[in-house]
Amino acid sequence: MENILNALVVLANFVLIPGLAYGSQIALGALGITLIYSILRFAHFAHGDIMAFGTAFVIFGTWGLQYLGISFGPLPTALLALPLGIAVIILYLLTADRLVYRFYRRVKAKPMIFVMASLGVMFVTNGLTRLLIGPGERRFDDGQRFIIGVRDFREWTGLAEGLALRGSQVITVVVALIAMGLLFWFLNRTKSGKSMRAYSDNEDLALLSGINPDRVVWITWAIAGTLMVLAGTLYGLDKSYRPFTYFMLLLPFFAAAIVGGLGSPIGAIVGGYIVAFAEMGITYAWRRFFSHLLPDEWMPAGLMQVLPVDYKFAVTFGILVVVLIFRPTGIFRGKTL
Amino acid sequence: MIRVEDLHKHFGGFHAVDGASLEIAEGSITGLIGPNGAGKTTLFNVIAGVLPPTSGKVFMAGEDITGLAPHELFAKGLLRTFQIAHEFHSMTVRENLMMVPPRQSGEDLWSAWFQRKRVRLEEEEIRRRADDVLKFLTIDHIADQKAGQISGGQKKLLELGRTMMTDAKVVFLDEVGAGVNRTLLNTIADAIVRLNQERGYTFVVIEHDMDFIGRICNPVICMAEGKVLAEGTLDEIKANEQVIEAYLGTGLKNKVVKEVGHV
Repeated sequence: MENILNALVVLANFVLIPGLAYGSQIALGALGITLIYSILRFAHFAHGDIMAFGTAFVIFGTWGLQYLGISFGPLPTALLALPLGIAVIILYLLTADRLVYRFYRRVKAKPMIFVMASLGVMFVTNGLTRLLIGPGERRFDDGQRFIIGVRDFREWTGLAEGLALRGSQVITVVVALIAMGLLFWFLNRTKSGKSMRAYSDNEDLALLSGINPDRVVWITWAIAGTLMVLAGTLYGLDKSYRPFTYFMLLLPFFAAAIVGGLGSPIGAIVGGYIVAFAEMGITYAWRRFFSHLLPDEWMPAGLMQVLPVDYKFAVTFGILVVVLIFRPTGIFRGKTL
Repeated sequence: MIRVEDLHKHFGGFHAVDGASLEIAEGSITGLIGPNGAGKTTLFNVIAGVLPPTSGKVFMAGEDITGLAPHELFAKGLLRTFQIAHEFHSMTVRENLMMVPPRQSGEDLWSAWFQRKRVRLEEEEIRRRADDVLKFLTIDHIADQKAGQISGGQKKLLELGRTMMTDAKVVFLDEVGAGVNRTLLNTIADAIVRLNQERGYTFVVIEHDMDFIGRICNPVICMAEGKVLAEGTLDEIKANEQVIEAYLGTGLKNKVVKEVGHV
């Protein structure tokens, strides 16, 4: 019995809890991708870099608050700086829309041209981020780091294995759940949200029903921007902030959105957790987990790791390929909200 | 009510609408007929702001509305339906109708958050209106079905219902009768006439079913090759040489005239 508990604690500590936090971060990013895809109708490649740009402002805000001696008690100061990052990013996205995307919308350009335009926005944003905060790694988490420490857990339970629960993990999951709840309430219960769904469902009819397309577009950017800054800040708090890492997150974001079904918000969330747990599960060394369950003579010599951690993006890529071959519409049959 | 002046719409070298001029009288139910490819739907699209005209002007009640976007025309009371019925397929029939009324307080993010009561009362009002419309169109039994799952004829009624959710002045109906069975077609015709008489809607109707046109439309405008050929009552149109030629072609017309003696 104790063996099984020990094995479960190992699993929770190294796969379940980090996976849940990572999955929430991916889900928030994928939700933004899916919203932009279904309403503005293009794959938004600048997502990762704009996320890095927004998080940079949250970090500046955090430093400012820390300098002024303001803190958020046991919670990270960055949460107080979120509104700053969100405001800057919404402004930035609306400016980008004004300068770049609006022109292509007016000439009714093909989606591929939008994708290329977003690639341009990505490069510009990337440069701006590097100018502002530099390419290096930044840590900005403060407040209480652990809710449950490994040693305390061992003392409480008397088990051989320890379990750590970090504050950032709990905050990530809680903030993500609140954000998702609000988003669904907004899309399904408010007139503006329904206008967005209507626009996503049938653009011509939406226009002829008197829905103002400019309004729908700006609300979409505002929501996507908020989700980006949330995802970026939570990821930075949980792991660390580096602009290049954020750019690399583009792959899991798209994988999650496509696995769930592009355009489906529920799909983006489910897809986020699938991608996160697949990455974690396949690159995790299972030896310690099985050492509690199997007799010693059965234990193999290796680490029982399917792929080294360096290959975690290969896992995501693999999922993406399999989904695109066998079920291109994704689990929840995407396309409209 | 609506005046179109020398309207052109070219797609590359193809002149879909080629100098059409016409006038729609206020309070009329005007029929718009013509052989396939005559430019009827393109004319609708240009008037309704879906396509920009190549040249020419459109006026509504004396005001120049050329090139305005569909949602701006909607605000002025100009509405249209589609040849192939459009609907928000993941929403229920009732929600489809509830989408329409403009300036709902729930659109305002501030009210949506902080004035829940006001928003709810208004939504109940709109819901009642939607239910009335569904009853009027005799499709109240499908109010809670997803609009993507109802029949083609019911979708046409839903399109008509959409125009009843706001204070429309002119409604352009693009083949409301296409693919609809006789009984439903009568329902639609009754609804159009009642809306015209009770609410003063002006209608412009594209239709191929001449019984339908003859029953509700006066005057009738006939288009061919992007131009307006003739205007008058349906009987006058039917007797018009040019119209017959446009529908049947010169060769066939001579044959018909020779064999039957008249058309």
